[in-house]
Amino acid sequence: MGALFAITIHDLRLAWRRGAESLSVVAFFVLAAVLFGFGLDGDTAILSRVAPGLIWVTALLAAMLALDRLFNADYEDGSLDSLLLADHPLELIVLAKCLAHWLATGLPLIVAAPILAVILNLPAPAFGPLLAALALGTPTLTMIGAIGAALTLGARRGGVLISLLVLPLYIPVLIFGVGAVGDGPRAVAALMALGGFALAALALAPFVIAYALRQAAR
Amino acid sequence: MFNFLANPARFMRIGNAVLPWCWAVAALTGGIGLYLALFASPADYQQGDSVRIMYIHVPAAWMALSVYTLIAAFAAIALVWKHPLAHVVAQAAAPLGAGFTLICLVTGALWGQTSWSTWWEWDGRMTSVLVLFFLYLGIIALAHAFDDPERGNQMSAILALVGFVNIPIIKFSVDWWATLHQPASVFRAGGPAIHSSMLWPLALMAVAFMAYFAALLILRVRGAIAARKVQALRMVRGWGN
Repeated sequence: MGALFAITIHDLRLAWRRGAESLSVVAFFVLAAVLFGFGLDGDTAILSRVAPGLIWVTALLAAMLALDRLFNADYEDGSLDSLLLADHPLELIVLAKCLAHWLATGLPLIVAAPILAVILNLPAPAFGPLLAALALGTPTLTMIGAIGAALTLGARRGGVLISLLVLPLYIPVLIFGVGAVGDGPRAVAALMALGGFALAALALAPFVIAYALRQAAR
Repeated sequence: MFNFLANPARFMRIGNAVLPWCWAVAALTGGIGLYLALFASPADYQQGDSVRIMYIHVPAAWMALSVYTLIAAFAAIALVWKHPLAHVVAQAAAPLGAGFTLICLVTGALWGQTSWSTWWEWDGRMTSVLVLFFLYLGIIALAHAFDDPERGNQMSAILALVGFVNIPIIKFSVDWWATLHQPASVFRAGGPAIHSSMLWPLALMAVAFMAYFAALLILRVRGAIAARKVQALRMVRGWGN
């Protein structure tokens, strides 16, 4: 257990020292939303209606931006090989690395979301559901994204490829994420579906990722 | 069975023997099916002649799903038993499946325009089929993204298995969500819900699509095996790639 936490903390420390990673994700998130504001000519009525969708789409794109860092650095400097040889199951190591990645890129999105909600004129009662939906949805984004990152490890034009692989798989999270921003039983059901996705992704994705990483290291 | 067919030469002998039959079945059922579909079958009392789009749209949709299922099955065989031909078959089938999915989407849009007066609707069936199309593109792109083709095949096979979650979603999307797209009317409990004058041409077209797919698949696998032979010969003679 201690070794796994050490991996998480090690990755977090790296992300903190590089600094640019979390910041650029948040900066992209905010800037893209500001662009939508200009693109829709600052029409606050339209903006407040489409705000949940805009926030989710920009969150999806921002989450995707940081993915190529997830395993690539370890792959290039060879530390992936030592992770493969470690005593701990690779599946758990993957989970530890994904936790660090979520803390470095997913959590900042949730923290920045209220700023976007204010810019995009989201109605105040929707703030809570939006944050809850992001909190339940971003872990799924990290896990699906990690599958894409593991599959494209060492590929030519990996960055473009990863968007082709990952964005279609993000669609269910987007649908239910937008559905959860509201009130009534439908929003609650969407929120529960998001929680279900997160649990399924946390349980199943590590096996796929670990399998792909083992193939990549051969 | 797997090991018996794992030998490319044996596989191709069987493939070459089957190939003319595939073309014959495709031409025969396709010819009769198209005649029945376009001329002999009745027009719908509500949709008029636009219902004839069904005879292309529905078989294409069935093929889109079954080709993906085939790819996932061969991906599993390739990853589990390291069967040398399974990757070749899966990769040969992927562009064909993408083509069927595109036909399904385009004919669906045309049909939707005439009967629902909209090209596109964001309902469960249409979006999930669109996702299927992107998955096909991802499988093709991932296989060609690596310097080592074996690596590309393997990653592509993993993606095919991960993307398989989408297939039941497509199948049941019309039952789970109240959508514009009609629920299944051929393969359902209690028998087909369409009249035999429409069911027959539909069945013939489905057989024609399958035979056509089988013929193209054999051709593409033959091409891939030949390409490998050429590459191996060049390596032996030191010509490089």
